[in-house]
Amino acid sequence: MIRAILIFNNHGKPRLSKFYEHYTEDTEQQIIRETFHLVSKRDENVCNFLEGGMLIGGSDYKLIYRHYATLYFVFCVDSSESELGILDLIQVFVETLDKCFENVCELDLIFHVDKVHNILAEMVMGGMVLETNMNEIIMQVDAQNKMEKSEVSRACVCFLCVGLDWSCCMQYAGMCVCCTLHATLSLSLSFSLSLCMCALLLGILLLLPLPLLLFLPSFLPSCCCCCCSPHGPGHYTSTYFFLFPPHC
Amino acid sequence: MALKIVKGSIDRMFDKNLQDLVRGIRNHKEDEAKYISTCIDEIKQELKQDNIAVKANAVCKLTYLQMLGYDVSWAAFNIVEVMSSSKFTYKRIGYLAASQCFHESTDVIMLTTNQIRKDLSSPNQYDTGVALTGLSCFVTPDLARDLANDIMTLMSHTKPYIRKKAVLIMYKVFLKYPESLRPAFPRLKEKLEDPDPGVQSAAVNVICELARRNPKNYLSLAPLFFKLMTSSTNNWVLIKIIKLFGALTPLEPRLGKKLIEPLTNLIHSTSAMSLLYECVNTVIAVLISLSSGMPNHSASIQLCVQKLRILIEDSDQNLKYLGLLAMSKILKTHPKSVQSHKDLILQCLDDKDESIRLRALDLLYGMVSKKNLMEIVKKLMLHVDKAEGTTYRDELLTKIIDICSQSNYQYITNFEWYISILVELTRLEGTRHGHLIASQMLDVAIRVKAIRIFAVAQMATLLDNAHLLTGNMQRNGICEVLYAAAWICGEFSEHLENPMQTLEAMLRPKVATLPGHIQAVYVQNAAKLFSTVLKSQEGSTEGTAAQETSQLMIDRLPLFVQSANLEVQERASCILQLVKYIQKLQQKEVEVAEEVSALFAGELNPVAPKAQKKVPVPEGLDLDAWINEPPSESESEDEQPKAIFAKEEPKHSRSRHTEVDEKELARRREARKQEQANNPFYIKASPSSQKVYQESPGVEHIPVVQIDLTVPLKVPGLPMSDQYLKLEEERRQKERADKKKKEKKKRKEKRSGRGRRHDSGPESEEDITPAHMVDIVTEEMPENALPSDDDDKDPNDPHKALDIDLDNLVESAGRRPLADSEKLPVRSHRAAKVAKSPVEDGDAENTPPSQEPKKKSSKEKREKKKDKDRDRKKSKEEKKKKKHKHEEKEEDLLGGEADEPVVQSEDTTEVVALPTSTNAEVSDLDFWLSNAPVPSNTQEAATVAATAEADSVPEATSGTAPDSDHDEPKNSELEETKSSKHKKKKQKKEKEEKEKKKKKKHHHHHRHHSDGGADESVQNGTVEDEEPLPPMSNYCLLAENSYIKMVCDIQGNLQDGSQVVVSVIFENKCDSLLKSMEFNVLDSLNSKLQRPEGSGPHDGFTVPFQLPPGVSNEARLVFTVQSIVMPQKMKGTLTFIVKNEDSSIHEKLDFKLHFTCTSYLITTPCYSDAFAKLLESGDLKCSSVRLEEVNMPFHHLLARICFHHHFSVVERIDSCASMYSRSIQGHHVCLLVKTSGQTVSIDAKCDEPTLLGNVLDEIKQTFSQC
Repeated sequence: MIRAILIFNNHGKPRLSKFYEHYTEDTEQQIIRETFHLVSKRDENVCNFLEGGMLIGGSDYKLIYRHYATLYFVFCVDSSESELGILDLIQVFVETLDKCFENVCELDLIFHVDKVHNILAEMVMGGMVLETNMNEIIMQVDAQNKMEKSEVSRACVCFLCVGLDWSCCMQYAGMCVCCTLHATLSLSLSFSLSLCMCALLLGILLLLPLPLLLFLPSFLPSCCCCCCSPHGPGHYTSTYFFLFPPHC
Repeated sequence: MALKIVKGSIDRMFDKNLQDLVRGIRNHKEDEAKYISTCIDEIKQELKQDNIAVKANAVCKLTYLQMLGYDVSWAAFNIVEVMSSSKFTYKRIGYLAASQCFHESTDVIMLTTNQIRKDLSSPNQYDTGVALTGLSCFVTPDLARDLANDIMTLMSHTKPYIRKKAVLIMYKVFLKYPESLRPAFPRLKEKLEDPDPGVQSAAVNVICELARRNPKNYLSLAPLFFKLMTSSTNNWVLIKIIKLFGALTPLEPRLGKKLIEPLTNLIHSTSAMSLLYECVNTVIAVLISLSSGMPNHSASIQLCVQKLRILIEDSDQNLKYLGLLAMSKILKTHPKSVQSHKDLILQCLDDKDESIRLRALDLLYGMVSKKNLMEIVKKLMLHVDKAEGTTYRDELLTKIIDICSQSNYQYITNFEWYISILVELTRLEGTRHGHLIASQMLDVAIRVKAIRIFAVAQMATLLDNAHLLTGNMQRNGICEVLYAAAWICGEFSEHLENPMQTLEAMLRPKVATLPGHIQAVYVQNAAKLFSTVLKSQEGSTEGTAAQETSQLMIDRLPLFVQSANLEVQERASCILQLVKYIQKLQQKEVEVAEEVSALFAGELNPVAPKAQKKVPVPEGLDLDAWINEPPSESESEDEQPKAIFAKEEPKHSRSRHTEVDEKELARRREARKQEQANNPFYIKASPSSQKVYQESPGVEHIPVVQIDLTVPLKVPGLPMSDQYLKLEEERRQKERADKKKKEKKKRKEKRSGRGRRHDSGPESEEDITPAHMVDIVTEEMPENALPSDDDDKDPNDPHKALDIDLDNLVESAGRRPLADSEKLPVRSHRAAKVAKSPVEDGDAENTPPSQEPKKKSSKEKREKKKDKDRDRKKSKEEKKKKKHKHEEKEEDLLGGEADEPVVQSEDTTEVVALPTSTNAEVSDLDFWLSNAPVPSNTQEAATVAATAEADSVPEATSGTAPDSDHDEPKNSELEETKSSKHKKKKQKKEKEEKEKKKKKKHHHHHRHHSDGGADESVQNGTVEDEEPLPPMSNYCLLAENSYIKMVCDIQGNLQDGSQVVVSVIFENKCDSLLKSMEFNVLDSLNSKLQRPEGSGPHDGFTVPFQLPPGVSNEARLVFTVQSIVMPQKMKGTLTFIVKNEDSSIHEKLDFKLHFTCTSYLITTPCYSDAFAKLLESGDLKCSSVRLEEVNMPFHHLLARICFHHHFSVVERIDSCASMYSRSIQGHHVCLLVKTSGQTVSIDAKCDEPTLLGNVLDEIKQTFSQC
């Protein structure tokens, strides 16, 4: 059984922590800290196994870690796991991350810890190894991400109810009231229409003078269009959506 | 309203998402906590909104904050809300958050039950997957109980993705809700043979985890695992299985014998280091379990050690570490073989890697001998000096003490050396193990009488220099040593050279800074010293000296009287009053020394820490009952203050009458033997200790090393143990020189006569005479102390609850009817029982109710063990009979079985129930094991194994389906009958082969099933009989000549979609030895023989065995096939050498290997719901075939299809049945078989029409043949 999986950087900052046994938050932090102290003072070319002592679990438990660039991947396992096997598993994990993030680096883990969790969940479940085949893992992760995306595109794309669930959007007979865009319509076809509607409606609603409206884009943080956003609603990447309709 | 929503969505645009939060935290490095607290406020606002997207976003951020150590349990309810979102995106966020911060005491968890149940049954596999993943992290006993049923249903989900998750989570469910183990186990076992490797691996994982804790319950699965081990290619699975075998072999040494060969093969063939290592590890376990009985395995142990040495010498640190780890396993049983690698281990001690050093230290424990102890400890002491980290240094310290004190100081020849080592160790700064050193000092000083003079001198020095130890408050761990020092100086003060000085040292004001319990000992022992000093001073002329001493005490003790520590205070004031009284007497010039020392007279004996606990409570004694009613007012208990060391306590009660006491007690013991022996309040010294004390009242009688130098009293802090090493060396040299001169006799005399000199022994290990005798070895324990097995068992271990006997269940899987008819336990396993009962009540008395599984089944087991041998003999007899008279078989069985002592169900039909299936299972295992091969004959063993396994397979798979038409309860007995017959048939077969009885068989069918997933719905019996089926076999003749006969069976490989395994049985028909057999086929474009690495495409496969006359053996060949839709034939040749006594001839035999489409099918259980879905899906093509004039019962027909064509029955209604099979490449083949009169129509659906056509043709052919 795997008791815990920790990822932290060279300074001991946790990047991911997954405990398969309940500890209080304080204990978890302490475990991370102490594990970091144990691991960080070891040379590069020593063995990857550490007896964690009473830190986690006791004498039956071992820390098995690997150090990649700025990150330590530490697995705390008991004697039922094969030491070299776990080392391989860490390798698989890192390679999977690499494939999913395309040249993974610490920043990916920092900003997308939820995704890392999702990937990990396909490998290890409740402390037991679920899958070791990288292709299978990636396949499942991709399938889930695709599903997530499809859900996003079903949401109304109009500016006013951006990112809202269809059900939350003001709608009548399948039409969004504010942008008259039908949920099932292809986005590209009616996008410009919806934009105009949105802009108009927004102008009226906010009682803004039209000139100001033209400058509005510069105030807006980004495109509200969900399909432009690779990360789903709430993640805006491109700007100037009024004047230069984005590449939907 | 509209405005509100619009406003909400605009707000939302400016909400932070996870990325913004992370960015923000990174930008606020200096006031991170403040920033996060504002963020948490924002999150709280967001959570108040109705919009689920906003909530999910907030929960996502909370999950991140949780990782940073913030408590987010206040948001538990919101997390549940997000979990119940209909959208996967949010659901996933919710479940992730829940898995990170929910635990058993989270109260909202009980709200989730229904939501999780809904998600588990969601049509979207990822909803289910996410729910399972989440649940695995926060499953509680309640959830486990409520959801066990749903999860069990998921174990046979159509999607392997769900199946594997459901299987894996079952382990967690078992842990939380052990009652679910029995009902779920059959299905779990079934999953071991799931066509999907992921599911299989998950099942192996779960069972290994279960078996690791309670291996004995899973011993019966050994054949199955053995098969998996030989067939699996997944290293993860292999490693798990091999580890499991490592745990099983100690329970069943015969298993070990079976394992050695395949493991060795794996070791040679695998390139994965992890697998290799685990194999070596298990081989070690096997060898250890084998060699405990017989010594001749020490050679193989030696071999293992050699291999490990190679690992340890490897430059890869990981391997080095693992090598040492494995070595320590050997060390436990075979210390001798490891000892020869002392050099290597010592070398590892110098490794820069701490983990490796620690492992090496572990090994050192077993390497010491009398000869090298000093040397090794010296080396360790050097390491202590240069150890950088405290952890490692502490580890070294404990190791040194462990090594020296092991088996009662067995290896210590010179205790003065040991004391000096201990004193040196006190120099360690900041160690946590001061108490360890202290207890060693006490132990040695008390138990080794001869060393006391030396020890006391050393301790006095230590006390004198106490400031060195306590100077730094940081080092307070080590001041525990002063406890021992003070006590030793006080207790053995008669040996002190200068008691006055020590007394002064003990009464220094600085002592008051020490911890309370040490001060208490100081005070108490100061009193003891005082009495000694008085004695010496009164003996001398001056009376004033004594008075001065008293004055000193009176001056210094008030310091302790003011101590905050109660015990110190109490003792100090008590002793102060005493001293004052003494002073008064002294002033009257009364001689008091004698009386004062009487206060502390008598010996203190060591008592084992658990001695008291171990005395059994005599019958009829209620320890809780009052002896006298408690007095009304709460009397202050006159209990001793809590002392750290048990020996401390008797001090006060000691009187000078110890001797008398002991005698008295002895007399009393004589008088009332039984009661006294059991008296828990009396811990007596055993006779031997008494003897020791009586015989040697003085130190003179105890051998002491004569040291030339006077013992230097050095300040602790300077190394001085080295001198002993030198001394030892000198002594040995001297011995060597003396050796020749000395006669044996003298030496003997010296040793037995407690010679003071030790220069007389030769160098051999045993003859190094210890300088001191360790008294008291075993007498610390009271007589009739209870065995201490349960001492180290953790009562809270959750795995204890899982210690459930599963043997009965394993079998009940076999008797399980069609899947849909089995009702899964709803909320409790009782429901499951009810559902099963129609099948089981026939032998209800044999299947104990799950409430009391353990008791009954263990009883059964015991019975079985008794009858095992008899059973087997009987079955053999029967077999012989069976062979000759087919018709009489029923009667035979009746007669044979009737006197079987196992409980049987009475039956009125002509079929009599055979021994219970549990019995069959156990004896199966027994049979499987009893055929352990001689090392050279593994292949045979594999065959045997496979055969035996085949037995258990039908129970696990749905192979018994054809019998399901009998709805009456008697059916279960019938099935049992059949399954037992199976076994016998198989045994018979073995025997046949071995005895080379070439009886002409009508269907030359071999009941060999060498591969998994098969098919057996086969029964033997007469065709005329309504019930039993004719014998069937998939082994068909491949080729035959006057020398050799080959029969083969072709099976798809479960693991690999492009492989088929051909099991060929070679039977030697002539009287000569057949050897150098080479099996070669001409590869076609589509099919290729997998040849060993490194051989060319035209090389043959060398059969790895030879065949003596009359022997048959099985080889397995793996073929890779590209397309499986068409049958095909391959030509091949077997070449071999026939060797007679005088000549040898080269012979060859051509054959044609026919790969039918059937052989690409794998029996796969399918449940009717899944089956229905499959048919509905509509992507299957249809085809049908009619069979005319089939005159056999319908269930025979089904059995034939099942057996020969690897189908399984999904459902059967009257004269209509649906069947299912799956090809190795995942094509589904569904059949609907209908019969009316002699016409059978088969409607078939498959996603590959060509395959279907061919399969149907083959089915047709099968029936046209018979």
